[in-house]
Amino acid sequence: MTTAEKILARASGRDIVRPGEYVTAEIDKFMSHDAFAAVHMSLASVGVQKICNPERVVVALDHYVPPPTQRAASIHQLVRDGVRKYGITNFYAERGGIAHQVMMEKGHVLPGQLVVGTDSHTCTYGALGAASCGIGFSEMAYALATGKLWFRVPQTIRFELNGELPFPVSSKDIILKIAGDYSAEAAQYKAVEFSGRASRDMSVESRMTISNMAVEIGAKFCFFETDDKTQAYLSNRTHEPYQEIHFEEPSENMEVYHIDVSEMEPVVAIPHCVDNVKQISQLERLEIHQAILGSCTNGRLEDLRIGAEFIKGKTVHPNVRLLVIPASWEIYRQAMDEGLLSIFLEAGGIILNPSCGPCFGAHMGLLAPGERCISSTNRNFKGRMGSDQAEVFLASPATVITSAVHGYITDPRES
Amino acid sequence: MDVIEGRVWVFGDNVDTDAIVAGEYLDAPIEETIKHVFASLKPDFVNEVRQGDVIVAGKNFGCGSSRENAPASLKAVGIKCIIAESFARIFFRNAIAIGLPVISALGVPGRFQEGDTASIDFSRSMIVNVTDGDSLHAEPLADEMIEILDSGGILEVLRRHGGGNQ
Ligand code: SF4
Repeated sequence: MTTAEKILARASGRDIVRPGEYVTAEIDKFMSHDAFAAVHMSLASVGVQKICNPERVVVALDHYVPPPTQRAASIHQLVRDGVRKYGITNFYAERGGIAHQVMMEKGHVLPGQLVVGTDSHTCTYGALGAASCGIGFSEMAYALATGKLWFRVPQTIRFELNGELPFPVSSKDIILKIAGDYSAEAAQYKAVEFSGRASRDMSVESRMTISNMAVEIGAKFCFFETDDKTQAYLSNRTHEPYQEIHFEEPSENMEVYHIDVSEMEPVVAIPHCVDNVKQISQLERLEIHQAILGSCTNGRLEDLRIGAEFIKGKTVHPNVRLLVIPASWEIYRQAMDEGLLSIFLEAGGIILNPSCGPCFGAHMGLLAPGERCISSTNRNFKGRMGSDQAEVFLASPATVITSAVHGYITDPRES
Repeated sequence: MDVIEGRVWVFGDNVDTDAIVAGEYLDAPIEETIKHVFASLKPDFVNEVRQGDVIVAGKNFGCGSSRENAPASLKAVGIKCIIAESFARIFFRNAIAIGLPVISALGVPGRFQEGDTASIDFSRSMIVNVTDGDSLHAEPLADEMIEILDSGGILEVLRRHGGGNQ
C-alpha cells in the first residue's frame, strides 16, 4: 500500500483500503488558528458542549497577530473563550507563531499520524510523514465533536528528485518548478510522495517548504520518508513513540515523475497563478516595491540565515520595503541570538513579529495599486496581498533578498 | 436530492478563493462579504445574481484557502449549485459541508453560455443545458456527501446525531 493508504487504513480500522474508497477515520491531531472562533461558534450553534479529545487539539493565533482591527481582536476573544470552554491546553496565543510552524517545532506532529487543520497549508506536516490536510470550520466542528471524519482514499503519485541541488537554488525553486511544469492541478485529490537523493539531502525545514506548497499543486497529502534528519528533528521535540514512514516500490500504475535537480535554475512564479513559472533569467527588468522574507513557507531559521548571508554588508534599495517575518517565536529568538536580525536591521529591513501578516492581505505590509512585491510566501492570486491592481511574484529567500537589494527582480547568482 | 434548475454564470479555470471573496473580508460577517463576491473577477455579479442561479466553471474551481466563507458567500447570494470540470479539494468539501451542492463534469466548459438554463439531476448524475438540449454525465456524489447535502450541511448532521446531547 502507499503511505496514504496505510495511514487511512490504520485510522479507519481496516486491513486494506483502495484509492477511490470512502472511509470514516479517527483523527490523531487537530490544528486550528484564528478560525477556531468560527469552529467554536459552529459547535455552539448545534449545542455541542464537549469535544472528544481536547488533548489532541492544538490552537495557535497567527493570522491577526496582533489584531489590526477591533473585529480581529473580537475574533481572538472568541478563540480564547472556546479554548477555555473545551479544555484545550495546547494553546499558543500570540507567543507561538504561525500555527503550522508551531505544530512542527513543538512536537505535536508525528510520522504516520492523521491530522486535520482549519488551514489549507496543513499539508506542511507531510515533511515529517504525517497525513495532514486542510478542512473548513464546519467540518472541524464535526470532527472535534465526533473524533472522526470521512475521507476519500486518494491516489498517490511520486516525485523522485534526483541529483544534487546547486546553491543557491532551493527547495522553493523545486516546488515552484513542479507547479510550473505540471500545473496547479498536477496532484488534484492525490497524495504525493517525495523520494530520491535530493529529498534525502534536504533538511526537514526545506522539506516543509515543499510539503507546505503541495496544496498549490492540488495535493491532499504530501509525504517524505523517515530518516536520520526526521529522527533528529523529533528527538529534540517529543518523546512519544512513532511509526516510521518508508515508501514501498511504486506499483505499475503509479505515476512517477523523475526530476533531475542538478541543472535547476532559480525560478519565479509570476502573477496571478502559482503555476505561472519562469526561469529568472528569462524575466525582463521588473522593479519592485516590497519584498517579503517569511511565512509558513519560508520563514524558518535556514531561510533567515540564507537571507542574512545575501544581504550582509549591503542595503535594501531605497524604493523597496523589506519585511522579515520569522515564522515563530522560537525562530525569532534563535535569529536574534545568531545576530541575523541585526543584519537585516542594519541593511534597512523591517522585522515583524511572527504572524501571517501580509501573506493573506490582512495587515502589516499591503500593496497599493501598481505596486509589485517579491515574496517567499506561497500564493500570488490577484488581490491576495492588498490591491487587485498589485502584483505578487513568488520566489526563494535568496531571490527575494537579492531583489530587495537591487530594487528589481534579480537572479541570486548575480548577487 | 431534487433536480436543480437555474440560470447559468460562466467562469474559467483556477477561480481561487481570493477571487471569490478577497482575504480582506475573511473576518467580516457574511452580510458584509456577500457584497464583495467576485469583486475583481466579475464586478457585475453581486448586482445581477438571482436566487437559484448556477455557476458553471472550468478546472480547479475554488483553489487556494480553506476559508469556508468562499462557498458560504456563494450560497448566501443565492447560488444553488456549482458545476465545474474539477474542484479544488478543500472547496469541494466545504461546499458539501455547508449544504451547497457541487458536482464535477468533465467537458462542461464550453457547453454553457452565460444566461443559459442548466438542469442538474443528482440521482442520475446528469447535467442538461435546457436552453439548447445538450446533456452530459457528471461524476456521481458519494452517499456520505448526499447525506450531508440532504441534511442541509454537516452541522445539521451533527445536530441530528445528538451533537447537542454530548
Ligand atoms: S503564513 Fe500565509 S499561507 Fe501560511 S498560514 Fe499564514 S496566511 Fe496561510
